[in-house]
Amino acid sequence: MSITTSVPNPSSASRDQVILEVRGLRKYFPVRGGVLNRQVAAVQAVDDVSFTVRRGETLGIVGESGCGKSTTARLLIRLLEPDDGSVLFDGQIVGAAGGISVRGMRRHMQMVFQDSYSSLNPRLPVEETIAFGPMVHGTGRSEARRRARDLLAKVGLEPDLFIRRYPHELSGGQRQRINIARALALEPRIVLLDEAVSALDKSVEAQVLNLLIDLKGDFDLTYVFISHDLNVVQYVSDRVLVMYLGKVVEIGDVEAVYGNPHHPYTRALLSAMPSMDPDRRSHEPPLTGDPPNLINPPSGCRFRTRCVYAESVCATKVPELYAEPAETDHQTACHMMIPGSGHSAAPAA
Amino acid sequence: MSQSAIDRADAATPPEVDAAQVALVSRGYWSSVLQRVWRDKVTIACGLVVLLIVLSAVFAGLLAPFDPYKTSMIQRLKPIGDGGFILGTDELGRDMLSRLLHGGRLSLFMGITPVINALIIGGLLGVVAGFVGGRINMAIMRTVDVFYAFPSVLLAIAISGALGAGLVNAIVSLTVVFVPPIARVTESVTTQVRTLDYVEAARASGARTFTVIRVHVLSNVLGPVFIYATSLISVSIILAAGLSFLGLGVEPPEAEWGLMLNTLRQSIWVSPWVSALPGVMIFATSLSFNLLSDGLRSAMDVRL
Repeated sequence: MSITTSVPNPSSASRDQVILEVRGLRKYFPVRGGVLNRQVAAVQAVDDVSFTVRRGETLGIVGESGCGKSTTARLLIRLLEPDDGSVLFDGQIVGAAGGISVRGMRRHMQMVFQDSYSSLNPRLPVEETIAFGPMVHGTGRSEARRRARDLLAKVGLEPDLFIRRYPHELSGGQRQRINIARALALEPRIVLLDEAVSALDKSVEAQVLNLLIDLKGDFDLTYVFISHDLNVVQYVSDRVLVMYLGKVVEIGDVEAVYGNPHHPYTRALLSAMPSMDPDRRSHEPPLTGDPPNLINPPSGCRFRTRCVYAESVCATKVPELYAEPAETDHQTACHMMIPGSGHSAAPAA
Repeated sequence: MSQSAIDRADAATPPEVDAAQVALVSRGYWSSVLQRVWRDKVTIACGLVVLLIVLSAVFAGLLAPFDPYKTSMIQRLKPIGDGGFILGTDELGRDMLSRLLHGGRLSLFMGITPVINALIIGGLLGVVAGFVGGRINMAIMRTVDVFYAFPSVLLAIAISGALGAGLVNAIVSLTVVFVPPIARVTESVTTQVRTLDYVEAARASGARTFTVIRVHVLSNVLGPVFIYATSLISVSIILAAGLSFLGLGVEPPEAEWGLMLNTLRQSIWVSPWVSALPGVMIFATSLSFNLLSDGLRSAMDVRL
């Protein structure tokens, strides 16, 4: 296996260096039916998603249930094969000739799952679970076990007490710490956190979040943090990506997206977050209804069926991500933002 | 608990330490299974009976008081306890105790071997079908279903009849009978396990499919499948005896419980107690295996 990635020097690692680039990622799940089990439709789970992750940052991904957040994560680590699009790790295309192999990429990218119960093998003691990854990649058993002990200490669990334990003897928070240790055992550079703290009690959630933030500094990690919890995403993220029905609707720095959301969906989502300040009450109309079916999503802008500003152009044209010249990092996929799009609220071309 | 006790408990545990961290060092899964089995007296008793039967079959040569094949015209059909024959003699004057001890060898062998064979073949088919899924699953499982459609006794007799009498043919036919149910159970357990996050996590760590199956899938699939297979041993012993009884298994003068039951059949009016003895052995062995596997299953079936 030839991995020709340059080892980053932490001191010179600038925030703007791109570590992961996603181009036009697409995943449709076939829906089969009928006597012959033919494909009758497709669930458009992730449709033409592009974004970049910069070295050392935390990219938060938010959105409603079923908007494609988890599918995106599984596509990134190739637990699912994308139908279209490519992922570039450190400038090398993953899984293509001349790029980096999927196995090579997985050495550098790991994932922490939401369900801390089903994500640990009930028949393996903690030590074996953590040591599995390094051993798969050729580390000796004793060295892998030593690393497991180190990592247990790093995630705040006493190695002597926990090393021989089985998952059913652990609490939810402890299990999630083990999951984090397992993900870190391969010394990855990117960790995908798929609702990693969502299933935990609030107090435990805060502990694990702070642990994640500490570990990020200690191991020089980059996080892709997927959550439906807007407060948590605001707390941990440097940049935020908002998804709706398999599409990116807005992406930008956390201050920009939370402070000055451009997309009506983002505004509605944020207004659903109760404010603690009576002077900053939400004036945005709340979202009504359920998201449309992904099997047959609305034409044009997928949000138009629930958007109070929807006009005819929204039904005919798919809005591309667009950034105003003044703030190039803050992109929005809304016809109201795109000059000359034909929407009455759009700026003149 | 009084207020002071609560205070003391609080003082004893520093606030940073998670309460569960102070818990005792854990016991492994298997030691907890053993402990549950130990509490279940029926399972222990059945385990001892199985052990006794297996040991007496293994050491039949040492334990048997007479040659099991030595016939004697004048000592035919002696009743139980008569003339030094503890369990009497059969229709050719052979010592029943010696024949039952020796017969256990063949009966157990014919009962257990097909299940082991089927465990290997059916387990392999089931794991492949369950883990790979899709068309391969379809091909394997539908083929297995064809065999599943026949009643097991009928299938065993049909295959044995087609292949002809004999030990090897009987084992082959019984193996064919037991592959489908084991493949089915393995497939359904594997399908469940495959979609769990820890298998996904193992794949995400870059492990090859074979390693994922070996470490993460098999450890969770083998337990239930193994227990199911032990419950099949009792069926297999009865079916094997049945084949011998019908003359499709081993041939005379071999000592085998099913065959002995057949040859003693004609003497049932003369010497009913002696004639029933092979049946008692088949019944006791089959029942013990069945209850043992039930006990093991309930001991292993804990929510993890």
